[in-house]
Amino acid sequence: MKCEEMLKALNDYVDGDVDPRICREFEKHLVGCDPCRIVIDNIRKTISLYRGDEPYPLPREFHDRLHDCLRARWREKYGRGPS
Amino acid sequence: MATSDAGGPSDLELLNRAREGQWEAFEELVARFERRVLRVAERILQQRQDAEDATQQTFINVMENLEQFRGEASVGTWILRIAANQALTVLRKRRSSRLVQPVAGGSDSDEPLPPHPEFIAQWRDDPADLAHRSEVRRLIDEALAELDEKYRVVFQLRDVEQLSTRETAEILEISENNVKVRLLRARLQLRERLTRVLGDESTRVTPPTHDH
Repeated sequence: MKCEEMLKALNDYVDGDVDPRICREFEKHLVGCDPCRIVIDNIRKTISLYRGDEPYPLPREFHDRLHDCLRARWREKYGRGPS
Repeated sequence: MATSDAGGPSDLELLNRAREGQWEAFEELVARFERRVLRVAERILQQRQDAEDATQQTFINVMENLEQFRGEASVGTWILRIAANQALTVLRKRRSSRLVQPVAGGSDSDEPLPPHPEFIAQWRDDPADLAHRSEVRRLIDEALAELDEKYRVVFQLRDVEQLSTRETAEILEISENNVKVRLLRARLQLRERLTRVLGDESTRVTPPTHDH
């Protein structure tokens, strides 16, 4: 396997979604290729960093506006509900 | 994606109670997902006010469609799909008023080849240690904002919200292969951008120009 082919198969490899035969070739390539190994590691860390980034809480003003709006809609839909 | 607190009702239990007309259950469901919905909308739209409007409309749509939930995906995935669709509707409206490249549609062949990695080095820190630092949070937001819209949206849905390739393809109305091609490009661009800041120069290696 060449670096070029590696780049194409990279997504499936990172997602663990790759044909076992190609996976073996991929890993054989990685043993002898520092740059490719580091690129794979960088990509895994990139994804992990984005996934680990907890979303911020809603700003108070928007939170209240959102919940007020939904409460009013709920009353329209169910004709009862929140007090 | 399940977000049940320890011992609390599951997302599905909340949804079922909401279907029976329990406002408190619906409000709890909103509270569990509102932050992620706002983030998806903001990441797709890159505009705060539009993202807030899309978030509000998302939960109105969730309320109006409680009876339509079939349990084919988790409640969280279902809500995030509605959020993504809502944000994309806003994008399409924007598009009708100015000429922009469509995020959805397009064939596989219009994708340029993925960029070759240039700055290759080990990161100095683990993602778990980086995620709490405010300058890193700013960096990852900026890096994502710099991506083309069509790559940014695919990365957000696939890698951040962890929707499947098929779900992402359906939402964007593109082929699964096109999702994969765009995701590869997004990952490589983000890797490049982040590694230039977070990489340890002393471990830097030369990009492979050889065939082996």
